[in-house]
Amino acid sequence: MRHFFRTDYRQDLGLYKSNRERFWYALLLVLLIVAPMILGEFYVGELGGLFIFAVAGVGLMLLVGYTGLISLGHAAFLGIGAYTNAVLLKQGVPFLITLPIAGIFTGICGAAIGRPTLRMSGLYLAIATLAFGSIVGTIFQKWEHVTGGFDGFAVPTPYVFGIPLDNTTGIYYMSLVVLIFVMWIAANLLRSPTGRAWVAIRDSEVSAQSMGINLARYKTMSFAISAGMTGLAGALFAHYVRFLAPDAFDVLLSVQFITIVFVGGLGSLRGAILGAAFVRLLPQGIAIVRDDLPFGIGRLPGLEPSLFGLVLVLVILFQPAGLNGMWLKFKAWFQQYPFKRMVSGRRQKSYAKSERLR
Amino acid sequence: MSMFQADDISVRFGGIRAVDSVSFDVQEGEVFCIIGPNGAGKTTIFNLISRIYSTTSGRLVFNGQEFTHTPPDRIAGMGIARTFQNIELFPNATLLQNLLIGRHCHHKVGFLSQMAFLPSVRREELHHREKVEDVIAFLGLQRYRDSLIANLPYGVRKVVELGRALCTEPKLLLLDEPSSGLNVEETEGMGFWIEDIKKDLGITVIMVEHDMALVNQVSDRVMALNYGKVIAMGSPSEVQSHPEVIKAYLGGDLEEAA
Repeated sequence: MRHFFRTDYRQDLGLYKSNRERFWYALLLVLLIVAPMILGEFYVGELGGLFIFAVAGVGLMLLVGYTGLISLGHAAFLGIGAYTNAVLLKQGVPFLITLPIAGIFTGICGAAIGRPTLRMSGLYLAIATLAFGSIVGTIFQKWEHVTGGFDGFAVPTPYVFGIPLDNTTGIYYMSLVVLIFVMWIAANLLRSPTGRAWVAIRDSEVSAQSMGINLARYKTMSFAISAGMTGLAGALFAHYVRFLAPDAFDVLLSVQFITIVFVGGLGSLRGAILGAAFVRLLPQGIAIVRDDLPFGIGRLPGLEPSLFGLVLVLVILFQPAGLNGMWLKFKAWFQQYPFKRMVSGRRQKSYAKSERLR
Repeated sequence: MSMFQADDISVRFGGIRAVDSVSFDVQEGEVFCIIGPNGAGKTTIFNLISRIYSTTSGRLVFNGQEFTHTPPDRIAGMGIARTFQNIELFPNATLLQNLLIGRHCHHKVGFLSQMAFLPSVRREELHHREKVEDVIAFLGLQRYRDSLIANLPYGVRKVVELGRALCTEPKLLLLDEPSSGLNVEETEGMGFWIEDIKKDLGITVIMVEHDMALVNQVSDRVMALNYGKVIAMGSPSEVQSHPEVIKAYLGGDLEEAA
């Protein structure tokens, strides 16, 4: 087992625990930068899609995993970001301006939905955000002279410094940059007072309040940041799908986002990335085995959503720490080899049982 | 001039008067103890002071400043910190994070500088870390610094909660049953800490407590409550020998009770 010996409080403030970690992340970055030159177009496209989902996943992780609020309406935020970006581009606004505007405007929408739902939590909040999602979906359909209604419209080509970015590689790099930016913001907030306030609200509202945390302010902020990040993902998503139509932003997409957060592992940014990878890979996996499944299971309609639901339930039951938890256990196994045992990762619950009042 | 003053405070929940015209004042530097049978309204008084409940009538004054209608999240900033009877820590955060949350009311950096983690944020974080480490050293919690609260034994959690309240740098500390769930030695230790808090840190303490040994050990004055009303106030021995208090704990004769 490796130990980090700390000699300075500054070491706890850094984004990376050690130079070793810094090295691995740098290597990963280099690999991701050269990947489009090595991989085929299909894989580059898939990775780009993964990055876009990961951006939204990080946003939702801040809300669900760190603040303890739930949202079943994040597809709507994705849609707001996508339409804002595309509509502004159609007006001739340059992409480097429409992208941040899409994020900021969606963030404001997030604050607007966060504010009235402050007193709700759990199921009630889920229902309220679900309703919000379907209202926004209806707006996309009916506001025809802006959104083009059911017919939709083709998203204009984005230009960055005169270079068109509508090809797969362009979208790949754009999404990678946005993902790194969003991760940086999220990690910064989480090591700042704001992130701690969110965790405090998640764990105990009453004592968060008596420590001086303004619940309304921090919950609204969490909604705004979460929605803003999802809006950025939406702006990229518009270019990824190239053609915007309202049916892309349905409840099923919101459920996919929630799946990212839960399967990835609540309360971890790495989990958001792993979850996004899972959600993007599962449909591909189904597509590969679909024809070989017995009894015509592969031809059943709704196979994909039901598998998402099944996985979500199984993860909540058997692996509450999600893929991130599995990764940590896997790492611990190698670090402690050959001393790792089944019980090593188990939380010590004996104290909790002897407690008088819980 | 007393430091804290509760002036004729009452709170009603429907038809129940949980706290009924209670008045008391606390001098700077004393340990003031509230005792009474279950349901007497002791914790309710704490919830009124930390503004989790609103008073139906009456006034609350701290350092000459009325705070009867101050929002609950401003109380810590005024210099009043509290602990909870059933421990309200943040179980899925480390001890260090819990104590840092205690520093929340002293944070000054803006949201945008936090997003970019500017040098000003870094400086402030280091400053707060040092303050937190002082509390960790004071309470001897070094070896649990990076443990999740969920993995800590009950006795340690009780101390952590005390530490989190101390991290807000309070002038007035409200302790809700600091000894509940602790064994004899742990209770004794808690008593020494409360004395240290009073003598070394100069913090005024209001405490709800059932353990009479602890009450006798630390408190300067005691107030006894029953059914939301003050039945006795004075030194610990005066209150314990007061006939009303004995009746409240042991029961009076039947005719009087009816």
